[in-house]
Amino acid sequence: MIGTGRVWKLGDHVDTDAILPAKHLTTADPKVLATHCLEDTLPHFAAAVAVGDLLVAGENFGCGSSREHAPIALQAAGVSCVVAASFARIFYRNAINIGLAVLVCPAAARRAETGHTLEVDLASGTVANRTLGERYASEPYPPFLVELIAAGGLVPFTRQRLASSGFGGRRAAPNSPGRTEP
Amino acid sequence: MSQTLAEKLLGSHALVDGRPTAAEAGRSVRAGAILEVSVDRVLANDVTAPVAIREFAKLGVDSVFDREAVVLVADHFTPNKDIASAEQCATVRRFAAEQGLPHFYDVGRNGIEHVLLPELGLVSPGSVVVGADSHACTYGALGAFATGVGSTDVAVAMATGAAWMRVPESLRVEFEGRPARWVGGKDLVLFLIGRIGVDGARYQAIEFAGPAIDALPMSARFTMANMAIEAGAKVGLFAVDDVTAAYLAATGSCAKPAALRPDPNATYVERWTIDASALEPQIALPHSPGNVLPVRAAGHIPIDQVVIGSCTNGRLDDLRTAAEILRGRRVDAHVRCIVLPGSQRVMLEATREGLVEVFLEAGAAIGPPTCGPCLGGHMGVLASGERAVSTTNRNFRGRMGDPRSEVYLAGPAVAAASAVAGCIVSPEEVAA
Repeated sequence: MIGTGRVWKLGDHVDTDAILPAKHLTTADPKVLATHCLEDTLPHFAAAVAVGDLLVAGENFGCGSSREHAPIALQAAGVSCVVAASFARIFYRNAINIGLAVLVCPAAARRAETGHTLEVDLASGTVANRTLGERYASEPYPPFLVELIAAGGLVPFTRQRLASSGFGGRRAAPNSPGRTEP
Repeated sequence: MSQTLAEKLLGSHALVDGRPTAAEAGRSVRAGAILEVSVDRVLANDVTAPVAIREFAKLGVDSVFDREAVVLVADHFTPNKDIASAEQCATVRRFAAEQGLPHFYDVGRNGIEHVLLPELGLVSPGSVVVGADSHACTYGALGAFATGVGSTDVAVAMATGAAWMRVPESLRVEFEGRPARWVGGKDLVLFLIGRIGVDGARYQAIEFAGPAIDALPMSARFTMANMAIEAGAKVGLFAVDDVTAAYLAATGSCAKPAALRPDPNATYVERWTIDASALEPQIALPHSPGNVLPVRAAGHIPIDQVVIGSCTNGRLDDLRTAAEILRGRRVDAHVRCIVLPGSQRVMLEATREGLVEVFLEAGAAIGPPTCGPCLGGHMGVLASGERAVSTTNRNFRGRMGDPRSEVYLAGPAVAAASAVAGCIVSPEEVAA
């Protein structure tokens, strides 16, 4: 899958309170969350972001809270991919789990600026900065994540596995009394 | 084959095709592997559970994998702060009833989740816990591999009893010496985050060890494990020792746990040794938990509010420390001091010990157990330009309210002393 979009550039340690302030956690509606995305950091972002735009950030993007509302808000706002020098781990797994593309690519993150055009090839992990005429290789995903991403996220991945009975050993019978702690 | 605590804990829970692996296979698990692991507890709260419930409904299963394993706590915006949060709690309450979940904790029987679960004996050493709350790493204090995940992970874990995990590399931090008076777990962990940075342990497990750690009570261990995420860690782990065993015995719900220690030749990405006896009380300045100084170096900055509570410092020992300073003193006339005991039980014990009376006589406000002010939800939201000293865990811009407000993170002694002084002070400036 190849996507091309405009860059919104952010710095290091962008936390999930900045991506989606906690005062908006009283709803889980993606459309509403999208309207508050990055509102204190880039106040015009939610109104101006176009479908397919990319976020490019420095180190430790998405640090802080585990709120899935943060990647949900970015995805619902139309962000196609987040490219960063590094990610905080909960944000990273949340994004992959919900099917929001995330790439670790320090060189692309260092060079891109707001308004540049980036082309991202998720299959090869190549990031091309069209504005600068540069190409970079992102950090490859481990094989398990390739599978998870190919399935479209953790919910479709799990549905497939449940259908092929991959979890037989762990599931208690429906309505059975709970297992006791070992 | 030598293993770190993280490798042991995840290795012992490894699944292949949804079934447990042989013990020998678990003992060969090393950092960097991606495993599917069985989970012993799955946790979510009134903010993260509604999203998890929505995703659970898409999985095509009727019931959770084990009703005893799922714990839902209404703690973030409770008692319901507005209609929208009331609706979220109603969603969680309905799901708990439909699924017949015995571990749903509502207002009046609840606490802040990470104070509540250990005190109810719901976390066992050696277990694996996933929680849709980043501070789920708190239970590492009990020798559990406990980590924060998102709502979709929780949905899948509720359905299958499993989660995918990358086995983290480990960072070993040894604290030596005996901490001075007024230096507690919060000061030790703030100092560490100040040294290694907010991504100093990103994707890693922190193993806390050393003579100063061996001597720490469980309350301080919980505080330290709780803030491992503030250095980017997946979990903050403590070995299981006599202090752990005594705590579990007091909760009355667990047999004596097996000792759990890392192997002597386990591999660490980095080792730190910190002399705890040389540390003064610490404070994290706005707007990062890594922006840490000794309190005395921060200067006497005037403040508007003090919050004492949270999953970091809302336990009985924390309230005792605050009360030691507030007893017979008054909160400064320009400061709102808000004390939120971490659970119903902590509130009851604080009442029986006379701590609540100390706080009320000092001019502090007491509220129910809630995460409220920590994330700018309710019960102490800051106005533009206001400054708070808080025993919570994050001081990101806008975390407790207006983006132009400021949060200074400290332990309960510094918070209480600053409430009395009306500005940031070290405890010894107020109390002997």
